[in-house]
Amino acid sequence: MKKFDVLVIGGGPAGMAAAIAADAKGASVLLVERDVRLGGILNQCIHAGFGLHYFGEELTGPEYADRFEKRLAKTGVKVMLGAMALSLGGDGEVLLLSPEEGAVHVKAGATVLAMGCRERTAGAIALAGTRPAGIYTAGMAQKMCNIEGYLVGKRIVILGSGDIGLIMARRMTLEGAHVERVIELMPYSGGLKRNIVQCLEDFGIPIDYSHTVTRVVGKPRMEGLYYAPVDENRRPVLSEEKFIPCDCLLLSVGLIPENDILNGSGVKLSRVTSGAEVDENRMTSLPGVFSCGNVLHVHDLVDNVSHEAEIAGSAAAEYALHGAPPTNGELHAVTPGKGVRYALPQVIHGGSGSVEVFFRTDNVYKNCKVVAECAGRTLYSKKRMIVAPGEMEKIALKKEDLDGDVTVRLEI
Amino acid sequence: MKTICINCPMGCPLDITEEEGKVVVRGYTCKRGLEYGVSEYTSPVRTVTTLMRTSDGGVVPVKTSRPVPKGRMFDVLERIRSLTAPADADIGFVAESDVLGLGSDIVVTGRPAPHPAK
Ligand SMILES: Cc1cc2nc3c(=O)[nH]c(=O)nc-3n(C[C@H](O)[C@H](O)[C@H](O)COP(=O)(O)OP(=O)(O)OC[C@H]3O[C@@H](n4cnc5c(N)ncnc54)[C@H](O)[C@@H]3O)c2cc1C
Repeated sequence: MKKFDVLVIGGGPAGMAAAIAADAKGASVLLVERDVRLGGILNQCIHAGFGLHYFGEELTGPEYADRFEKRLAKTGVKVMLGAMALSLGGDGEVLLLSPEEGAVHVKAGATVLAMGCRERTAGAIALAGTRPAGIYTAGMAQKMCNIEGYLVGKRIVILGSGDIGLIMARRMTLEGAHVERVIELMPYSGGLKRNIVQCLEDFGIPIDYSHTVTRVVGKPRMEGLYYAPVDENRRPVLSEEKFIPCDCLLLSVGLIPENDILNGSGVKLSRVTSGAEVDENRMTSLPGVFSCGNVLHVHDLVDNVSHEAEIAGSAAAEYALHGAPPTNGELHAVTPGKGVRYALPQVIHGGSGSVEVFFRTDNVYKNCKVVAECAGRTLYSKKRMIVAPGEMEKIALKKEDLDGDVTVRLEI
Repeated sequence: MKTICINCPMGCPLDITEEEGKVVVRGYTCKRGLEYGVSEYTSPVRTVTTLMRTSDGGVVPVKTSRPVPKGRMFDVLERIRSLTAPADADIGFVAESDVLGLGSDIVVTGRPAPHPAK
């Protein structure tokens, strides 16, 4: 049995920032990462677009990760690579598997979950047709290309137009593949406008909104696929099915927080985010267990991940060293209202100080108002020219103003 | 030329033309859209990120230190493909300065993944 004040699970940007913040508070910290190096998903994101908010300059993914690795190297944090956390018990004890030490039990004063996300697969979206070679999740193709140096196809179709799908359309094109088209189920893209222009328009790659892939053909290698427009219930109109010959389909159809080790731990998960429900310190329903980064909710900006992880890391250290922070005993729920898909944190303790509430909308809305209310009083109200599900929004509230549950909604 | 503004999620559709020697942008909502429209029409630039071979047969990620003219992206890529970085090049290593005379350097941005002990 090993003892540390704070155990951080996952060595991506969230885990590194949490560990550094916990160390700065004087806690002894163990950081475990299952991969052969730190950095998480950033290692494979070789495009520029990271750090504008956090560092005030535009970096590539590996450069952003490197900044944190260098900071981490100056701390007393113990890093264990190639080690995977297998389970978290209801008593907070974590079972790790390490190549050098075998099964290790760790009991820490506080644990920070920073395991990131995994991608939804062909099975997860019940993709019809054969299962030939040539179907990859976009992130897997990105890893094979950018880290291993393999190009996974020559004629490529991408399903899903979130940022990962768009980034991969450009990446494959730059490496000499032909991207036939991007197919998007929704009438809009969840990706940044910048990526629509610089990843598709720049290379003349067409995008079909309100379309989906209806079946894949070929065996053992992919020979092509059928796609069709969808009706207002998002069901494909099969009479308008078309065929595209291609040898590769990349799926960019969503991310799922990787919370499997929590099975049986009693940590309460949100049905909307698939991450834990947390308070303003990012503490879950299991006292002493904190969560941050993509394992808590899917982030599009790593800068937000780093900030969130710093909140969780310092709070975890405080908890381990001094116990739960003082509150006035009140607990206010934060609930999403009209037009809002989720808001986080889900609960805020009464007391003093300011709290940032992050939320995502459930659709694209123009000329709307973001409103936060508490017991019939308006705490916040501001016009927005546009809000979109792909862009996380945030508002600042004062704890002193709260005397009941908070609703965040849109006035459309 | 038609494009969309990239400054915010509005994505205003821009229609940019040249009239009597002046660049005219239509469709923007705010000043940022106007400025973007003019620069996309007169001198669009992009940061190029890709991989470079290393002397031991691996790959490392690289970027252009400054954006290069959009129309020269594929020339820059071809040049990068003809170069080799030392196997131990660290982040920040300049693999080529002033690539194709465009005023931008090719800089290593990451390290090759360490291979797990065999
Ligand atoms: C293709 C793509 C493009 C993106 N583009 C941008 C962009 O341009 N700008 C931007 O700001 N953001 C971008 N992002 C988002 C940003 O990269 C992520 O939000 C961020 O990396 C999430 O950090 P994380 O630490 O939560 O997760 P991750 O980076 O996924 O790290 C999680 C780590 O935990 C480890 N782990 C998981 N489970 C265990 C376990 N049981 N035991 C031990 N270790 C474990 C994993 O191996 C991994 O290293 C992009 C993301 C992707 C995928």
